[in-house]
Amino acid sequence: MSSQSGFLGSLRARLMLLHPSPNCSLRAESLVHVHFKEEIGIAELIPLVTTYIILFAYIYFSTRKIDMVKSKWGLALAAVVTVLSSLLMSVGLCTLFGLTPTLNGGEIFPYLVVVIGLENVLVLTKSVVSTPVDLEVKLRIAQGLSNESWSIMKNMATELGIILIGYFTLVPAIQEFCLFAVVGLVSDFFLQMLFFTTVLSIDIRRMELADLNKRLPPEACLPPAKPAGRPARFERQLAVRPSTPHTITLQPSSFRNLRLPKRLRVVYFLARTRLAQRLIMAGTVVWIGILVYTDPAGLRTYLTAQVTEQSPLGEGALASMPVPASGVLPASHPDPAFSIFPPGASKLPENQTLPGELPEPGAPAEGVHDSPAPEVTWGTEDEELWRKLSFRHWPTLFSYYNITLAKRYISLLPVIPVTLRLNPREALEGRHPQDGRSAWPPPQPGQGGLWEAGPKGPGTAQAHRDITLYKVAALGLASGIVLVLLLLCLYRVLCPRNYGQPGSGPGRRRRGDLPCDDYGYAPPETEIVPLVLRGHLMDIECLASDGMLLVSCCLAGHVCVWDAQTGDCLTRIPHPGQRQDSGVGSVLEAQESWERLSDGGKGGPEEPGDSPPLRHRPRGPPPASLFGDQPDLTCLIDTNFSAQPQLLEPAQPEPRYRAGCRRAQASPGYDFSHLVQRLYQEEGMAPVHTPALRPPSPGPTLPQAPEDEGGFPPEKGSPSLAWAPSADGSIWSLELQGSLIVVGRSSGRLEVWDAIEGTLRCSSEEVSSGITALVFLDKRIVAARLNGSLDFFSLETHTALSPLQFRGAPGRGSSPTSPMYSSSDAVACHLTHTVPCAHQKPITALKAAAGRLVTGSQDHTLRVYRLEDSCCLFTLQGHSGAITTVYIDQTMVLASGGQDGAICLWDVLTGSRVSHMFAHRGDVTSLTCTTSCVISSGLDDLISIWDRSTGIRLYSIQQDLGCGASLGVISDNLLVTGGQGCVSFWDLNYGDLLQTVYLGKNSEAQPARQILVLDNAAIVCNFGSELSLVYVPSVLEKLD
Amino acid sequence: MPRLDDHPWSGPCAKGAKHRSHLRASARGLEAKVGEMVTSSVSGPSPLVAHSARGTDPAHGPVSAGVGGHGSSGHINSWHHHLVQRSLVLFSVGVVLALVLNLLQVQRNVTLFPEEVIATIFSSAWWVPPCCGTAAAVVGLLYPCIDSHLGEPHKFKREWASVMRCVAVFVGINHASAKLDFANNVQLSLTLAALSLGLWWTFDRSRSGLGLGITIAFLATVITQLLVYNGVYQYTSPDFLYIRSWLPCIFFSGGVTVGNIGRQLAMGVPEKPHSD
Repeated sequence: MSSQSGFLGSLRARLMLLHPSPNCSLRAESLVHVHFKEEIGIAELIPLVTTYIILFAYIYFSTRKIDMVKSKWGLALAAVVTVLSSLLMSVGLCTLFGLTPTLNGGEIFPYLVVVIGLENVLVLTKSVVSTPVDLEVKLRIAQGLSNESWSIMKNMATELGIILIGYFTLVPAIQEFCLFAVVGLVSDFFLQMLFFTTVLSIDIRRMELADLNKRLPPEACLPPAKPAGRPARFERQLAVRPSTPHTITLQPSSFRNLRLPKRLRVVYFLARTRLAQRLIMAGTVVWIGILVYTDPAGLRTYLTAQVTEQSPLGEGALASMPVPASGVLPASHPDPAFSIFPPGASKLPENQTLPGELPEPGAPAEGVHDSPAPEVTWGTEDEELWRKLSFRHWPTLFSYYNITLAKRYISLLPVIPVTLRLNPREALEGRHPQDGRSAWPPPQPGQGGLWEAGPKGPGTAQAHRDITLYKVAALGLASGIVLVLLLLCLYRVLCPRNYGQPGSGPGRRRRGDLPCDDYGYAPPETEIVPLVLRGHLMDIECLASDGMLLVSCCLAGHVCVWDAQTGDCLTRIPHPGQRQDSGVGSVLEAQESWERLSDGGKGGPEEPGDSPPLRHRPRGPPPASLFGDQPDLTCLIDTNFSAQPQLLEPAQPEPRYRAGCRRAQASPGYDFSHLVQRLYQEEGMAPVHTPALRPPSPGPTLPQAPEDEGGFPPEKGSPSLAWAPSADGSIWSLELQGSLIVVGRSSGRLEVWDAIEGTLRCSSEEVSSGITALVFLDKRIVAARLNGSLDFFSLETHTALSPLQFRGAPGRGSSPTSPMYSSSDAVACHLTHTVPCAHQKPITALKAAAGRLVTGSQDHTLRVYRLEDSCCLFTLQGHSGAITTVYIDQTMVLASGGQDGAICLWDVLTGSRVSHMFAHRGDVTSLTCTTSCVISSGLDDLISIWDRSTGIRLYSIQQDLGCGASLGVISDNLLVTGGQGCVSFWDLNYGDLLQTVYLGKNSEAQPARQILVLDNAAIVCNFGSELSLVYVPSVLEKLD
Repeated sequence: MPRLDDHPWSGPCAKGAKHRSHLRASARGLEAKVGEMVTSSVSGPSPLVAHSARGTDPAHGPVSAGVGGHGSSGHINSWHHHLVQRSLVLFSVGVVLALVLNLLQVQRNVTLFPEEVIATIFSSAWWVPPCCGTAAAVVGLLYPCIDSHLGEPHKFKREWASVMRCVAVFVGINHASAKLDFANNVQLSLTLAALSLGLWWTFDRSRSGLGLGITIAFLATVITQLLVYNGVYQYTSPDFLYIRSWLPCIFFSGGVTVGNIGRQLAMGVPEKPHSD
């Protein structure tokens, strides 16, 4: 120590003697030794190896948790690549912003990896993998991401906070480490979102395809020809419903024509042409070219070296420097290169420029003392100027002198400022001739004070360097925030719906004047003229179809058979015999029965799709205007002349709907006024003036109508309290298969009609309880009765069954067995089995599929029967109200909705309840399922779409008043809903409104109260007493 | 029981600290008061937490000790087997950590005295690794034991990856304390204290862990003081009575780390056959 200070003192004195500098304020005494060890020491290696071992153990244990993916190795590699490349980006960014790395990269690398961590990646994988498998890949990714969004953001904020705290320890090494870590964390986050997620989705898609290929029979794996854009969905669809003959899917091209708002068109254009990618690629190429050209170690210097190779001074740029203090350099001598820098030197850390400056300070020792000494100030920040250099510069520097630094020391003496004056010519002479070309422009003769002002440069650079760290940190944070915001905006712009947020509240969709989606985008409206089927006098109550034929039944008891292709009325079956107004009872009993069986008639027509019975709908506007002011009156009329109190109204769910049905009894041409007055007198009410109770007859009057009326009055006038079994009742349920119509009447009579000829083929009336629901499957008819019993009939033809070639319609191909009965066959209907007390209360819902029969009743329970032997398999309990609707399909999906507004999904195989959702305020009026979602409608005029696997409400569609239950599913991703004089098409997956089709021009159109989707892509809408046959506007096409 | 076996854990750190302080003696001054303050603030809440832990102890008495994660205590033999296995693993972990960290600390001296390296490792500190191993075994068994006594099994981030991360951070703390240049001891101690608390918050986050760590740090500090007082150790530049002021922080983080390993072992031992 003492020898050092002595040496320093003498050196300083000597220098002072040579170059007296008046204003030297630096009195630093400390000597810094830099020791260069051997290249690889075992002592250093062991901790390093240990940290790397720990790092690999960490990576191993982390990636071992990746499970349920196709390629664990691939994902592990992707995770590691994510972290590594984020570290690379971090280093690159930091050096780009001027930070000189001083830490040993190999040492801090494991700690950086550990700090950044693989946790997010793994959590992400786990979360995505645990989403339901049957969802689409992007939905799975979205759900997984949103499930973990909070924890990921929280973790990242915590880590950033910890690192920021570490940043303020003000230890330079820790600060640098933290800077790397912060930038690495942010870039790692973006890599996770943008890189790893992509890899993950690819992996998941691979796995799904592989699974499907495993699961499917080989013939189902045939590559789909048409929907090439959506192979995964298509295959899944086939897998779930392999037996569906007519699969209607949207064709991608026409689908795109259908939706396409403008913003999407722009996006599609960008995506199609890959404009952004190409621009970025071109930019990258140009940038790399510039880099290669301007790189000091790269092309340009190489070219320069090539050019100057022939000249005698060719190699002088690096090696021909005069060594300033050659003898003492290896041991301990101040390196004069760092005492005085030319102003530009701090910006040029390249090695070969450093020796170029050596001659300036040290060379002309015989300083010129004649000119006045300029002011040169030295600050304390100039002391440790050498710390700006990475330690790796030293070996490079000394290697130019062929000196190895291994196991040696460099001792850095404190700065001893020396002032010496040079005039410009001397400075120019002292320079190396190549300096003028390479490093900086030659000094102009006029700038005499250039070198004297030199020492100020490093001082400002030092201060500049201090704030560089903070600047980089602030810049990183700001850019991170900006990037997050940018991504958010992009997401908002590009994603049409927030389908990734199942937990958030259901997006309720209010429709104003024009139907529009959440962003106010109203798709193009088209007006098409529907095929109007007129012919019914009353409101249509039951609809049934098998794709070729369409059977409708109005409240007047007429049954019309239509050709579903052309809309022709093929057959008209009038009300048989006398008109028996059996569908009504006295109002007194009716009132109390409403409370009791308030939803009796729910299980009306059995349409495997989603056509809820018409009776639940409020009536259309024109009848309402007629009867709106005296609904009680019409009810009273009905009650008076109908004498069968016990067989009434399973049909009316709510009193307000009752008026619609009551009106049914008012047949045209009959004057009720005397009956009304008598009734009013009995009731003690003053008779009000009765309008002519003539409902509008929209269609052409039927020839059968007068006959009906002729037989009508006597029946009505004589109320018979006893039920006559032979009398006909009103039609409560209707089924159609092949050419046979099965009609269930309120009288308990089951009739089988020939649809073509309009003749009664057979009938069965053993039981006198009204048939509330019917199922007609193959040759089996199941009738559910009002008293809760189930009757199983079998249909037998006396001649052999011969499939009838059918009305010239295109062959039904591979459609499931729907036998056509030729008209010559004699059909007999036998009661094979009766379940006398299937339910305690009236059966309201009845469905059959997949060999199972499901009944729902007002006693809050469902029962599952086996169809072949009518054996009760399960009794399902779980609703707290009467069952109103039941859905079952070939894939054994059973869903039920009740008056409690709840929807239950059941497992038919075990009889257990899978999920339970509170869906609506008020009754669930209809229910249908697709492969991925459950669609329900309720009395609150909402249509809700639920995720079938999780039971989460995806979104809701607000319906027009009175159209609540009018919905139909065309294909797995297309939903039709009815509105005021229009039908709307929705994309089921995203809830996008695709198109609204107005049926007719008048604005005060009636609401579509029932929608029935036919197989041939036509939709039957029920507008009161007329039907509209709408062909889906060119977006649908038969797949086969 | 912990205090008997705890003190050797201080071995490598103390050794390294001795050399370090020796190294820095020329360049930097000492600030004993602040270091004392830090240590007292760290060890201050320990009696309270320990007391509360003791208070809740009888309530959960029926829970058998050491069962935590093991599930069925029916097989006493296998349980003992697992116990021995765990303590062996912990012991070896402690030995390895001691060696490595010792080397890390000694490596600092290489910069000035390269010829002493090998001698420092293998001559003077032969007793350090076994003691560290024993201490690690005891602490690692103590943590799940305390957990099960308190009746709150540790569920936070129970996986090997997290444990590895914790070990890496612990090594990193030692690495940083050995290799970084701090302006003064206050800064060093404060930084290390913050890092230790961050370690606990990141990987443990349980009250029992905090209490036990603080207790361990306190006891180990006291024992080290006693050792140095009796002449076994020597610090050339003690700034907190006889030792360095940042030593408790190292003890604390070491306790948390070994406890983490011990908990994972207690949980993971029955699972290992399954995973293989």
